[in-house]
Amino acid sequence: MLLAVTWIRAAAQYPLSMVMLVIGSFLVTGLELAAIALIFTHTASLGGFTLPEVMFLYGTSGTSFALADLLFGNVDKLSQHVKAGTFDAMLIRPASPFVQMAVDRFSFQRFGRTAQAVTVLAIALPQLHVPWQRAWMVPLMVLCGIVLFAAIWTLGGALQFLLTDAPEIANAFTYGGGQLTQFPLTVFGTDLVRAVTFIVPLAFVNWQPGLYVLDRADPLGLPYWLRFMGPAAALTLACLAGLAWRAGLRRYRSTGS
Amino acid sequence: MTTGLPGPRGRVALRRRRHAVRCGGPDGAENADDLYGAAGYNASPAVTGGAAFALYLTIFRYGFRRHATYWGAALAGAFTNTVFGFLRAYVLIALWHARPGLAGYDVTDAITFCFLTQGFIGPMELFGGGLDLAQRVRTGDVALDLSRPASLQMWALADDLGRAVFLFVARSVPPTLVGAVVFGIHLPGDAATWAAFSASMTLGVVVSFGLRYLVAMSTFWIVDDRGVQSLSLVMTMFFSGMTLPLVLFPGWLGTLADALPWAAMVQVPADVFLGKRDVLGALAFQAAWVAALLAAGAAVTRTARRKVVIQGG
Repeated sequence: MLLAVTWIRAAAQYPLSMVMLVIGSFLVTGLELAAIALIFTHTASLGGFTLPEVMFLYGTSGTSFALADLLFGNVDKLSQHVKAGTFDAMLIRPASPFVQMAVDRFSFQRFGRTAQAVTVLAIALPQLHVPWQRAWMVPLMVLCGIVLFAAIWTLGGALQFLLTDAPEIANAFTYGGGQLTQFPLTVFGTDLVRAVTFIVPLAFVNWQPGLYVLDRADPLGLPYWLRFMGPAAALTLACLAGLAWRAGLRRYRSTGS
Repeated sequence: MTTGLPGPRGRVALRRRRHAVRCGGPDGAENADDLYGAAGYNASPAVTGGAAFALYLTIFRYGFRRHATYWGAALAGAFTNTVFGFLRAYVLIALWHARPGLAGYDVTDAITFCFLTQGFIGPMELFGGGLDLAQRVRTGDVALDLSRPASLQMWALADDLGRAVFLFVARSVPPTLVGAVVFGIHLPGDAATWAAFSASMTLGVVVSFGLRYLVAMSTFWIVDDRGVQSLSLVMTMFFSGMTLPLVLFPGWLGTLADALPWAAMVQVPADVFLGKRDVLGALAFQAAWVAALLAAGAAVTRTARRKVVIQGG
């Protein structure tokens, strides 16, 4: 926490840059939404879903992704730290290297991103008239989403113990997962949907629970109870990620630089 | 230590506009005024003509070789670009299935556009960066670059083109091939289109360089360039056609996007590849932006040169 505050103060030393960073971060995510809006100027439904429904999926995925990124996104900088030798410094400090990685260069501008996603969700929800009997799922799915994304980031970080020279591979799964869950999965091919349901459980971020909230039939005909499996999927993946991180850490040999 | 930001001491030094350099100037001059004051802006007479060409060719080759050392990283980038290509392609396919023939593209055109432009990310550095100039301004190393008897901008351009050629091989070709195998894409049938595309691609890289050079040069005034970088990223992603093809932009927004320099980086070369655009018009549009951006870069370099004070000793 103290480390995070320190990094915010460091960034505030350059006020003009800081303001531009926050605006930039807000706009980047705003443009994703503008793209979705532009798509809907050409068509009334995408993959069988209307604009408010897609905004609901975008908002829940975006909130989870932004919060996970805020808290753990820096874990994927591992290879940079290994190469620069700063990871060795983290190992000898009396604090968890994982926590040190997470707060290093803590970038508060990601708050801008969270705010944007929450705003979208707040606009979409009233238009969908979700009864409270189903709306209870929304906070739970956002929470599970945070855990799922954080676990994927950790796995991506752990992978870099092996692939120090190829850190970008992890982006395909972290940012790729963020991008994938912004759209209804019916857009993507059936095989891809099965893969993100049963292999990398991204479908549990907002797709399966989202179907429950929206009260829609599963276009792939998967069982109804899968919609409540979010917490189980999140917990499983988090355990796997924890194990992978530990294994990577044990395997790590400093280059001595 | 590799902290990205200069500490408080570095900042004070920059406030005083002093970049400390540990060696004297090329002729052993120790006083900054001797270097840049009376003698005009250039420390030594700049190389010209054939010598300059040979010099930039060498830098170009070194730029290529420097980046070609990192094959693994480049292929990892290509992998990620390809995965995102799939995600973008499915969204575009869904849209074009709902509206066949939208904006004069068919589904295959849209898929081609998607994988081709994913391949542009590497050579065009669409996410920003690629130049280590900003870092060198922050640390003061740029003082060395400025005292070389060659144009800072042309030096950086030669280096950047070397980088772009390597990344074209490593990061443009694989996503396009995967897209071609998995979905099928439109390939130009005649040699003329391939030639036009090569020219358009090259001009696109120079436009991208021009913009990134200006972003890096802003470090002379605001020290921390990350804010400018992030705004530049927003403009690039949206107005180049990466977020959505510019042909989908309605009315005045489409007209505006088509006139801005970012269009010259993604939409125009892709359209040339697809044969959707008048080739001469496309190349003239790109060349005009190249001229404008390089002129702006040269003007900014002159101003920055006046700003730098080298501490002798």
